[in-house]
Amino acid sequence: MGQVREVDAAEITRAVRELCIEINYKVPEDMVAAIRRAREKEESPIGRQILDLLIRNQELAAEGEYPYCQDTGYTVVFIDVGQDVHITGADLSDAIDEGVRQGYREGFLRTSIVADPIFERRNTLDNTPAFVHTRIVPGDQIRIQVDAKGGGSENKGRHAMLKPSDGIEGVREFVLRTVAEAGPDACPPGIIGVGVGGNFEYAAILAKRALMRKVGQPHPDPRVAAFEAELFEQCNALGIGPQSLGGTQTVLAVHVETMATHIASLPVAVNIECHAHRTGTRVI
Amino acid sequence: MPVEILEDGRKRIRAPLSDEDVRQLAAGDVVLVSGVVYAARDAAHKRMIELLDAGEPLPFDPAGQIIYYVGPTPEKPGHVIGSAGPTTASRMDRYTPRLLELGLKGMIGKGGRGPAVREALKRHTAVYMAALGGGGALAALQIRGQRVIAFEDLGPEAVRELEVEDLPVWVVNDCEGRDYYEQAVAPWRRDEALPEGLRLGARG
Repeated sequence: MGQVREVDAAEITRAVRELCIEINYKVPEDMVAAIRRAREKEESPIGRQILDLLIRNQELAAEGEYPYCQDTGYTVVFIDVGQDVHITGADLSDAIDEGVRQGYREGFLRTSIVADPIFERRNTLDNTPAFVHTRIVPGDQIRIQVDAKGGGSENKGRHAMLKPSDGIEGVREFVLRTVAEAGPDACPPGIIGVGVGGNFEYAAILAKRALMRKVGQPHPDPRVAAFEAELFEQCNALGIGPQSLGGTQTVLAVHVETMATHIASLPVAVNIECHAHRTGTRVI
Repeated sequence: MPVEILEDGRKRIRAPLSDEDVRQLAAGDVVLVSGVVYAARDAAHKRMIELLDAGEPLPFDPAGQIIYYVGPTPEKPGHVIGSAGPTTASRMDRYTPRLLELGLKGMIGKGGRGPAVREALKRHTAVYMAALGGGGALAALQIRGQRVIAFEDLGPEAVRELEVEDLPVWVVNDCEGRDYYEQAVAPWRRDEALPEGLRLGARG
């Protein structure tokens, strides 16, 4: 059994604050590369023009004066806490929210969260609360991944409880239909995160986790990787293209995550990420 | 002149627009928008419709004007605005016909519009245009001034008067019922690579 390591909650706050600012101005390198690959492959002239504009938008944002997109997102935080860590000084969730509060204020980022969904819908004016997924893992470190997730593409996500007899073809059709119906609203070209298996809620979390992978990195299971490659081809066959002005590059990658499920079930969730893919990681 | 045709075929517009101006804008046209546009999105639209229901005046007279669906980031010192790209237009579909009845002539957003709005565009001779979705930093460079004119408590959703210069957009839905997305995507779709249930012929 490991020694208990103490981590001051202020370190978590600092990491979250820095990541919120960093990712909203500087698109991660794997995403920059993915957009450039799409620019090389796009056959439609208008599609190439749009991708050139997105590259310019990335470069302009990286100068630090204007965030990449005005929707600076839901702040989604994936935090893996080593079981030998003892967090001191503040509650974990308060520490994360304080990082969001500071990051959105100091970074001149838009506050996009309303406190309740159906009554007042009053803006909290500091982008809190963050949407946090916590895991307790072996070790004495804390890994924090922050994602600034745009609302427009989030709205186009879909979830279904398919029947086991629907099988892989049912999953395929559901994914393609979701991407087709999202069309221009989800700001293509983006990343398609697919969660298959688990139960009702795990499928959705898997889909979100799928988006956190390096863009285009295949799943380690070759069967899943082959399915990802087929879905990638077929999403692009929809012809939607950059900004839905027609073209061969509708998606930059399809990532599928799977897990165990019930004998009665085939849950599937599709979480769409726009071209404003903003995520970053710190290890404490 | 509200609609100016440039040498390269692009068009430059400036509100207020008349019916005749709107008729010169066809789906697929690339348009540079200059002059005043009004920033309003979800919460501001809801409040504007509530004002109309209560018989009260709107924060601005929509007749002849253009609404830009945008909620910008806060401006850094020395800038007039932060990032300011468009938000999804279809969320405003529920409110749009009321504003078109009052003479609203143009809207800028991203994504498609529903059948009721497309019909209303024909009926009221108005146009829906899309700006570069997710291109918030580039859009900021085309904005010369901003002033919050109503609903300041809504923060990023407050109604703003924006002064823009050559903001590039393309006409998606014109006043004759055309839809540029449908026209643009069709030639690139490879039905033969798709499962049968998704092929266009098979769609009910």
